[in-house]
Amino acid sequence: MVLVLALGDLHIPHRAADLPAKFKSMLVPGKIQHIICTGNLCIKEVYDYLKSLCPDMHVTRGEFDEDTRYPETKTLTIGQFKLGLCHGHQVIPWGDLDSLAMLQRQLDVDILVTGHTHQFKAYKHEGGVVINPGSATGAYSSITYDVNPSFVLMDIDGLRVVVYVYELIDGEVKVDKIDFKKTATTHSTH
Amino acid sequence: MITDGIEDEEKWLAEGIAGLQQNAFYMHRSLDSNNLRDALKYSAQMLSELRTSRLSPHKYYDLYMRAFDELRKLEMFFKEETKRGCSIIDLYELVQHAGNILPRLYLLCTVGSVYIKSKEAPAKDVLKDLVEMCRGVQHPVRGLFLRSYLSQVSRDKLPDIGSEYEGDADTVTDAVEFVLQNFTEMNKLWVRMQHQLRPAIGLSGLQGPAREKEKREKERSELRDLVGKNLHVLSQIEGIDLDMYKDTVLPRVLEQVVNCKDELAQYYLMDCIIQVFPDEYHLQTLEMLLGACPQLQPTVDIKTVLSQLMERLSNYAASSAEVLPEFLQVEAFSKLSNAIGKVIEAQVDMPVVGSISLYVSLLTFTLRVHPDRLDYVDQVLGACVKKLSGKAKIEDSKATKQIVALLSAPLEKYNDIGIALKLSNYPRVMDHLDNGTNKVMAVVIIQSIMKNTSCISTADKVEALFELIKGLIKDLDGTPVDELDEEDFKEEQNSVGRLIHMFYNDDPEEMLKIISVVRKHILTGGPTRLAFTVPPLIFSALKLVRRLQGQDGDVIGEDMPATPKKIFQLLHQTIEALLSVPAPELALRLYLQCAEAANDCDLELVAYEFFTQAFILYEEEIADSKAQVTAIHLIIGTLQRMNIFGVENRDTLTHKATGYSAKLLKKPDQCKAVYACSHLFWADDQDGIKDGERYLYFFEKGNPQITSSVIQGLIELITTEMQSDNSTPDPSADAFFATTLRYIEFQKQKGGVMGEKYEAIKV
Repeated sequence: MVLVLALGDLHIPHRAADLPAKFKSMLVPGKIQHIICTGNLCIKEVYDYLKSLCPDMHVTRGEFDEDTRYPETKTLTIGQFKLGLCHGHQVIPWGDLDSLAMLQRQLDVDILVTGHTHQFKAYKHEGGVVINPGSATGAYSSITYDVNPSFVLMDIDGLRVVVYVYELIDGEVKVDKIDFKKTATTHSTH
Repeated sequence: MITDGIEDEEKWLAEGIAGLQQNAFYMHRSLDSNNLRDALKYSAQMLSELRTSRLSPHKYYDLYMRAFDELRKLEMFFKEETKRGCSIIDLYELVQHAGNILPRLYLLCTVGSVYIKSKEAPAKDVLKDLVEMCRGVQHPVRGLFLRSYLSQVSRDKLPDIGSEYEGDADTVTDAVEFVLQNFTEMNKLWVRMQHQLRPAIGLSGLQGPAREKEKREKERSELRDLVGKNLHVLSQIEGIDLDMYKDTVLPRVLEQVVNCKDELAQYYLMDCIIQVFPDEYHLQTLEMLLGACPQLQPTVDIKTVLSQLMERLSNYAASSAEVLPEFLQVEAFSKLSNAIGKVIEAQVDMPVVGSISLYVSLLTFTLRVHPDRLDYVDQVLGACVKKLSGKAKIEDSKATKQIVALLSAPLEKYNDIGIALKLSNYPRVMDHLDNGTNKVMAVVIIQSIMKNTSCISTADKVEALFELIKGLIKDLDGTPVDELDEEDFKEEQNSVGRLIHMFYNDDPEEMLKIISVVRKHILTGGPTRLAFTVPPLIFSALKLVRRLQGQDGDVIGEDMPATPKKIFQLLHQTIEALLSVPAPELALRLYLQCAEAANDCDLELVAYEFFTQAFILYEEEIADSKAQVTAIHLIIGTLQRMNIFGVENRDTLTHKATGYSAKLLKKPDQCKAVYACSHLFWADDQDGIKDGERYLYFFEKGNPQITSSVIQGLIELITTEMQSDNSTPDPSADAFFATTLRYIEFQKQKGGVMGEKYEAIKV
């Protein structure tokens, strides 16, 4: 069992002062094995904070990140899953599922995690999953109105991944769960 | 030589002890054989050893303690003697035959103790007699120890209320009188000690007068508790009620303290008074106690004394809510405040750190005792400002630390920045900090706001807050920032950025005022700060725009209507300021954010203007090819979401975007960007789609120009290309092609409308 924290679009300090206190108290060091962050942190202090939760951290570049060294896309393998990471402002129309699916095929990944729209989404798509963890701070977005702060925790276990969505609605943390099973046949060797 | 002096002293002490022990031995033998006369003789000889002037107080104490132990045995004997029929009055007379005054008085005190216990005479008379007789010894050290002995043997025999030695009427007064007299005499002796030379110890030329004085003061200091003990005894007397304390005890003690004009004694005794007597007495006699302070020697460390007093009173106030009315009734605050003012005025040489630490103590007292009296808090800060006025920045690091403590105390107490903002003297105190510390304090203030998530809700408060944190907002006194550590500077500016999100008001008018205030201040920050502070302001304003969205239209009749149009104007001018940084990439992103917001407000011209600005920046300021790729994608992505543009405006912008896409440096980037642009045309249903392998998207969406045969042709072309020898193998391209083909297969298998569409394509 491996826990992967997926989050992004914090936009600190451009659009938000900090992560919600309730999230901060949930996110404690030592519980998470990997962090994947879609980008727009935007500053080093936030990077350092996340790194303190878990040293194995993967970040792609959002359009507001001060650190220009983050890559545009990134892939990594966790257990039996291949994960792809991208902020998403490069994928036009923004948040469009078919366009994201194309990126998923391009990166050849089981799970694609993107951000940019500040809206939580999780689709099962052609034997893969496309996830948008939303904005961890509930930051203002030109695309989405009334953004609730949210992040995603993925529990990867064998061929199964359980996606937990944590969303802060009216000061209360709501948790949702989406189950996804990878069929062993997908992605034979090419 | 000094060493010789010390060795001599050891020798003298040893001789003294030997003499004492020898006589004690004979005294014991006499006691054992009930020979009173011999016992008195040897005890007097034993006590004669205490007549020495050669020992330092420390060594003298050693000798005294040995004599003391022997005297306890003698006292037991006297007691036995009286039981055997010997008259105590006779004994009292008898011991006075001793030849030397010092042994005589020790013996007298010893018998006196038995005398009081026998109750054959009133305790008060015996005590009065003894304390008077002790005047006979005026040598400071010998006198001090003798009186200390008197104090020791008498302390359980005072005619206190409820004591078995209480006489007919009002004998507490006698007990108090006795202790006060002994205290006064002892203090006089103690003070005189500094003028006493011990000729026995050679004043070698190596020891300067200053060293000698220092040594003597140290020796005196060792004896202070002998004097202080009397105050302790006083505090133990049950019969001293508040009235008596107020009318007799404290005035008499203070009189002695003030009149002795000795720094060491004054400091020690003031401290002693504060420590030994109950808090409620202090509270009720505050005026008198504080009144003594300015009369003390100017060198007395009165600030420590006062600090301790305030500390005690603060704790007393915190101990129970019931005592608080007492504080109000005696006007403790104003009395303390006045006293501090007078002390600072009187002690002109007191360093700044001293006076500020006094104010810190007073503030601590105020915050604990009168947390509701903000005017008091401000008054303390005001007094501090007055003290600091005329002085430039404080350079002394200790004083700076005290000022930070002074300023931090209200923040910690109230956990509400709103309180600090109401204190008019708060920023004035901050002005006296050096630039570095001023910034540290500003960060502390911001952190306090963050920690308590205090929302700052009016433009006036924001204005006041900016006054406090101005050290972070702009260069003070023209000091350039480049000498600063870049990392620290970033952190500071980011904290200002975070702070901007703590300003909020539900009322759009007030919110706009807040935004204007923030804007006014951050624009003074200069190019180095703008990149940090402008974005938070822009987004704060965009949030306000979104709130106003829908209720567009000019509100007629109001002075400052908060309309999106007005805000966009403000935004435009603010983003423009980023050009001085220069930060074209950031400015471009912000223009696009505004464009989209304007779109949502149905303001076509405004949106068009923002796009124009973005394009200008793209053309003129963004040269890096990688930055261009990102920028053009953002432009296209935003443009794709716009729906208010008329055909003409839309065409202009779309063609510009497509044109720039085709001019990107690298071919793959061109392809991707032009493909992205295709989404702009799709909406208009116009032709112009010329792209690589992304045709499937439009094929699925039913674009009539993308037919299955076109896709088929593409697949075959790519396959041929990849198999040809002159193409360099690219694994990621291969994989993408493979997944694309797999996707086509998948769609075919899925069937339905989509399946039918794909059916014609052969992979």
